[in-house]
Amino acid sequence: MTTVRAVETWTLDPLTTYVTEAGARLVLLMTPAGQVLAQSGFLRAVDVMSASALGAAIMASTAELARQLGQTPFAALNHQGQRHGIFLSGFVTDRGPLIVLVVYELDVSSLGLVQLFLEQLVADLRAASPKAGATRKVLAADFERELNESLNTLFGR
Amino acid sequence: MRSLDLITRVRGVRGAMVVARADGLVVAEQLMEGIKGSTVAALTASLAGRLHRAMVAAGLGPSQFWHLQCEQGAVLAVPAGDGLLMVAVTEPEVNVGLVRLELLRAAEAAA
Repeated sequence: MTTVRAVETWTLDPLTTYVTEAGARLVLLMTPAGQVLAQSGFLRAVDVMSASALGAAIMASTAELARQLGQTPFAALNHQGQRHGIFLSGFVTDRGPLIVLVVYELDVSSLGLVQLFLEQLVADLRAASPKAGATRKVLAADFERELNESLNTLFGR
Repeated sequence: MRSLDLITRVRGVRGAMVVARADGLVVAEQLMEGIKGSTVAALTASLAGRLHRAMVAAGLGPSQFWHLQCEQGAVLAVPAGDGLLMVAVTEPEVNVGLVRLELLRAAEAAA
């Protein structure tokens, strides 16, 4: 069974349920700025950093594309290969806007399952999330230390 | 879709769907109110995929028909060509043979 590790512990139960139910291989919960709140399935810190930066960048790009088209931001994005699918979705909680990145194997899961259980994940996260402002602002001077602490937490060091 | 019309015309059928097998998404549906089409589609496609692999692993060949009987009804599914799945949601007292026949006809038409 894949372990979910969280920097913000309120995300732990909803994400653990989601990973099990949706059969997701990798899951990353982050802010639109790419700050990771929780992860499941990643083995190396460098992979989490890359995936969060790329995921956040993709969401920012599609949001801007939607803006230029005069639309509201896209709710979700799915990119499917031969063996794996990558699913990205943004939603708002009391903690602020969040992004979830899911990598699923087509043999084990499907886009339908990933989307189906995402509804439950969003509801669970909204119910569990702290109010906006409860989280501390990260100062530039503390950024590296905060990042290292977060990565240590995410990988159980 | 005419195939779905024919399936839902059978007495006791509460809805019928064409589902993409690989991703569990609804392609077409005719459902009574109260049936969550996307949920049924995602879970049925997932179950069908696993059952299919189990059948093949057991040396029985590809699956042809699934009948999941529950207390208050049943879900019937038939794989079709082009990676589709014909699904019917029924009441408990339905003529399963007739629904199966319509599902097989719909699958043939889709192929």
